[in-house]
Amino acid sequence: MTDEKKITCIVCPIGCKILVKIDGKHFELVDGNKCKRGIDYAISEALDPRRMLTSSVLVKNGEWPLVSVKSSKPVPKNKIVSVLNEIKKASVNAPVKSGQVVLNNVADTKIDIVATKSIKK
Amino acid sequence: MVEHGRKMINLNADVAIIGGGPAGLAAAISAHENGAKNVIVLDRNSWLGGILPQCIHDGFGVEETGTSMTGPEYAEMYIKAARKKGINFMNETMVLQFDKNRKIIAVNKKGLHEIKAKSIVLAMGCREKTRWNIMIPGDRPSGIYTAGVAQAFINLYNIMVGKNVVILGSGDVGLIMARRLKFEGANVLGVVEILPYASGLPRNVVQCLDDYDIPLYLNHTVTYVKGKERLESVTIAQVDEKMNIIPGTEREIKCDTLLLSLGLIPENELSKNVKIELDDLTGGPIINQSFETSLSGVFACGNCLQVYDTVDTLSMDAKVAGENAAKKSVKQNKFINVKAGKGIRYVVPQRINEPGKIHFTLRVEKPCESPTLHVISDGIELLKKKLPWANPANTVEFDIDISAEVVKYKDLEVILDD
Repeated sequence: MTDEKKITCIVCPIGCKILVKIDGKHFELVDGNKCKRGIDYAISEALDPRRMLTSSVLVKNGEWPLVSVKSSKPVPKNKIVSVLNEIKKASVNAPVKSGQVVLNNVADTKIDIVATKSIKK
Repeated sequence: MVEHGRKMINLNADVAIIGGGPAGLAAAISAHENGAKNVIVLDRNSWLGGILPQCIHDGFGVEETGTSMTGPEYAEMYIKAARKKGINFMNETMVLQFDKNRKIIAVNKKGLHEIKAKSIVLAMGCREKTRWNIMIPGDRPSGIYTAGVAQAFINLYNIMVGKNVVILGSGDVGLIMARRLKFEGANVLGVVEILPYASGLPRNVVQCLDDYDIPLYLNHTVTYVKGKERLESVTIAQVDEKMNIIPGTEREIKCDTLLLSLGLIPENELSKNVKIELDDLTGGPIINQSFETSLSGVFACGNCLQVYDTVDTLSMDAKVAGENAAKKSVKQNKFINVKAGKGIRYVVPQRINEPGKIHFTLRVEKPCESPTLHVISDGIELLKKKLPWANPANTVEFDIDISAEVVKYKDLEVILDD
């Protein structure tokens, strides 16, 4: 069965409406993307939707109580809740350096959670 | 001048920048690159980057650098670059006023400072609209926050704002906060928008609301706020095309928190004080093609000039402002006006006094499919451009070569035909 789907691209602020046809694993781009990044996004969104995940982790003995974090890669949508639960349980000691891995292979996704800000003691 | 027996601290600057957010940082770096040796950035906060450290989501820098960064990462990139250049930062320093001769009075823990600047760049940012900007009737309980304040509480200070949340206004901060609250375990009951379309970017409607099945109530508004001490409920109702409430559509939603994402107002108390001319449509100073305000030697950039969609375009414009601030200012006596005509909410710059390639930014009145943009001067069409689409949430940018001939004409008018 062929499914037609209108996908709003989230790569840049324009938000192209990309029309795609999906037939199981077979994918066909119909229309609407203004750039190449839109094709990659539409394929991923149709077959294996993922999102970059950002949140914050508790900091012990830091000048701020939290450090902002992000996923090292986009997280499969169905894993977002379990990744968030791991992030909520985590804490890190100050000082924290931007780019430092806070959680390794979070929720068995092979994705790391990385600090996006440096926090002094 | 003597204050409490202490002397005023005197400083000189080639370029003094008011505000150390993204606009101030970009302008400082660019001013330095263009020959200003002594650049001072003044900021009230103890940190640099303005609001970026609390914008922990990603999507920053895509247009400018090709990679998507979080707010703190984007800020750090600029802070590092600025520090490398030896730009002088004065944090926890509040500018009280400046005068026509570009003498700034600022205060910090060391005392009062008098800074004589060859040029000033205004980069004060903007403020959020509050409940009182739109006069929501009802009680005055706790639990009502602007979206940006809630964002600071949650992302910087680890203070959760509530459990059951309604968001009024679908600006980007409101949409981002809907997702953020969901992540932090709150129950987000819906986003209420008076317009027939979302005011935020399409990508944020998708990844902040649709992904988490958060309802978006278009053509709706909050008509009443109820609560003795803490917020107990809000009443929402549908509006017609003239934005009048349709009787009988009212519905009470039990909640303990209301976030307001009603839009942003450029911050210009300092500009008003020295009588810099402001544009009623943008809320920011009227500028020419060099980002110079009506006061010679004073430039404006960032969200105090116009509220930008993205930090990328904001920084790129701020760099031009910084560059011009480092150079000698253009004499302002003769200029032509740029008018926002039919279908256009505003155009920046509002004035032109020198020929050359000029970059324009505008915002349209309402969403439309394949409209045509016209730029007309004295009956002559300087530009006719077909746009695939236009949306008030996305600024439209274009360049025109303005000849010396045109600068002699009366006015430029920009219109949109749908």
